[in-house]
Amino acid sequence: MIEIAARQSQLEQAVSKLTGLTLTILIFAALVAIAFTLAERTGERVQRFLKYVIFLAPALLFLFIGLVAPAFRTLYLSFRDARGEESVGLENYHWAFTQPEILDVLRNTGVWMIVAPIASTGFGLLIAVLTDRMRRPGLVKSLIFMPMAISFVGAGIIWKFVYQFEPNERAPEIGLLSQIAEWLGFVPTNWLLVNPLNTFLLIVVFVWIQTGFAMVVLSAAIKAIPDEILEASMLDGASGWKRFSRVTVPMIRGTIIVVLSTITIGALKVFDIIRTMTGGNFKTSVIANEMYNQSFRALNYGTGSALAIILFLGVLPLVAYNVVNLRRERSER
Amino acid sequence: MTAFLRRRLILATSLFAALSLVISGCGSSDDSASGGNCDAYESYGTYEGVEVEIYSSIRSPEAEIYQESFAEFEECTGITINWNGTAEFEAQLPVRVEGGTAPDLAVFPQPGLLKAMVATGKMFPATDAVSAAADEYYGADWKAYGTVDGTFYAAPLGANVKSFVWYSPKTFADNGWSIPTTWAELLALSDTVAAGGKVQPWCVGFGSGDATGWVGTDWMEDLMLRVNDAATYDAWVNHSIKFNDPKVAAVLKEAGKILKNPKYVGNVPAIATTTFQEGGKGLVDGSCAMHRQASFIGGILAADYGATIVTPDDTTTEGGITTFYFPGVTADQRPALGGGEFVGSFSDRPEVAAVQLYLTSPEWNNKKAALGGWFSANKGLDVANVADPVNKNAVEILKNATTFRFDGSDAMPAAVGAGSFWKEMTAWVAENKSDKAVLDAIEKSWPKS
Repeated sequence: MIEIAARQSQLEQAVSKLTGLTLTILIFAALVAIAFTLAERTGERVQRFLKYVIFLAPALLFLFIGLVAPAFRTLYLSFRDARGEESVGLENYHWAFTQPEILDVLRNTGVWMIVAPIASTGFGLLIAVLTDRMRRPGLVKSLIFMPMAISFVGAGIIWKFVYQFEPNERAPEIGLLSQIAEWLGFVPTNWLLVNPLNTFLLIVVFVWIQTGFAMVVLSAAIKAIPDEILEASMLDGASGWKRFSRVTVPMIRGTIIVVLSTITIGALKVFDIIRTMTGGNFKTSVIANEMYNQSFRALNYGTGSALAIILFLGVLPLVAYNVVNLRRERSER
Repeated sequence: MTAFLRRRLILATSLFAALSLVISGCGSSDDSASGGNCDAYESYGTYEGVEVEIYSSIRSPEAEIYQESFAEFEECTGITINWNGTAEFEAQLPVRVEGGTAPDLAVFPQPGLLKAMVATGKMFPATDAVSAAADEYYGADWKAYGTVDGTFYAAPLGANVKSFVWYSPKTFADNGWSIPTTWAELLALSDTVAAGGKVQPWCVGFGSGDATGWVGTDWMEDLMLRVNDAATYDAWVNHSIKFNDPKVAAVLKEAGKILKNPKYVGNVPAIATTTFQEGGKGLVDGSCAMHRQASFIGGILAADYGATIVTPDDTTTEGGITTFYFPGVTADQRPALGGGEFVGSFSDRPEVAAVQLYLTSPEWNNKKAALGGWFSANKGLDVANVADPVNKNAVEILKNATTFRFDGSDAMPAAVGAGSFWKEMTAWVAENKSDKAVLDAIEKSWPKS
């Protein structure tokens, strides 16, 4: 009996699924048919407009569901209490800008935002220029590019070993940095505890990864500079440095800006390195890490959202600048 | 102190897993179940093709042992239990619940998270049968911890005891040190060890990734029960006294006598960067004498650093470690600090309630304990099923305790118990932050509502 019942219910399920499927297909076909008939009957201008709507609608819909709606919800939540139930006005923002721990977080994010992109792009540019004239730059470039393939978490763990400190004076150091310090005659210290040095040590990890990215993009841009221009400047007697600063850099200015802003946005979002290496302790936390802590650890969606909005406002000018820059370049062409 | 829970039994068990799997191989294999011995499971009902997901922070290889303990139940009731263990449990559970994909059952390693989840309104109270079983097999404290605002939600699962000091019986015997029975004796012994100059009295490690600092909160809790009393402890946890109350300050001051004394612990800031797993390794090579940690650390020291877990009277085994009770202020004061997991339900399906009920039964608790490395506070648990000497000691401590309290930081709001309390204890050692600054900062972070 039970078996028959089970089979029957299976059959029923199959039938209902099949009907559902057929219905979906029919509805879809009907929609397409309506769209086409409408398109045929209308004037050219409306037709053009409809074309945009039909092609853009799915993408816009998903963009709205996945990006716009959550962004507005976050904004809304940032003015609410921990569970989003009651309005608290600007209290979450007041909290973010008065709490000493959060001020540290904002300060660190600022340091990350300035130091990390400049260092990555600087090193990237340096290596790109140096390898440009090399006969076989492949090996050097791939070595520098390699860390790009390592996740931030992996890199964090690797560098944690580099910064490892052995508190027991009789035991040998196993951290690379401590050992190097010892060879140079310094007394190693517990690197990740020294504030503000520790923030910079974490930035090193980020730069180690991002330099490869900057190098590859900038190197491609340098390669694209017409040889005639460089030769002309050489004939005019420009020195190496002059050629670099007056010709190469201006020629690749657009690319440098793109690389700088991409890495800045990356640095603003940095989370994995901090979480794996210090867990946000020792005054090294940044907004992305604290935002996660507030929302999902302290279960305070209000303060978490407020931090997210602050981060968003931090990224916004960069994005805006990038868009403007892109437009300008396009119109120049 | 939650992160350790997920590792707690994992490693403790790995020690015994191999052995116990061999032993249990004959006992709980399929033939006994298919042999028609399903009478014991009749009351749970029979189902067909239903699955129950248990979401937990306990992962492989522990998870396999849980899964194994369910085999007979699954066979007899037709319920398939999926043990879903993840390291990101505490972060992911709220995400899943908010997103409408809540698990059927969740194993809460801390009452604070249970409270937060009940507040979402997505949880179901325990059925009357589960509630009655909890009354029958667990003490009132245990049931109270699974109760939120007068409604019983989550039934107890495993237990652990934290009031342990680990030591090497051989090192103690070789140096003629004896087991202290009061806090004053403990400090006196630390002085004696330090005066000897060869061995560091204590080794401590607070490091635990993004949960760094929980070890410090455990020290505070154990001492809170000793310097003050259980009533003050509850008041502290419920925030009916402030976190920077003089009574709390007194506890932190006592903790500082050991944790912030370089003569006892060596490099104080390095406590923050020493992981809790490494913390006790000095016991094994004899470079330090004592290590305060819950029962689980034995498995880690055995697996990673070659320690052997011995009985206290074994004074000859090199690298042999065992535990003594973290003493009270007076010898007859015997509070115990522990923890436990609780199984709460996000579904009102009958098979989910059946699984929840089964987990409170003495049958399952004995079956699980017999598989090794695990015990619970279930009154029906037979001590003979607990093989490990340290776990046996833990069961003894649970029985003799004058007061028993759960991990306080777990019961505090997550913003404190899994946030500022950890962070500030870390800053206390790492940045030499003052007692007052630490307590003020935690007090300030306590959620207002």
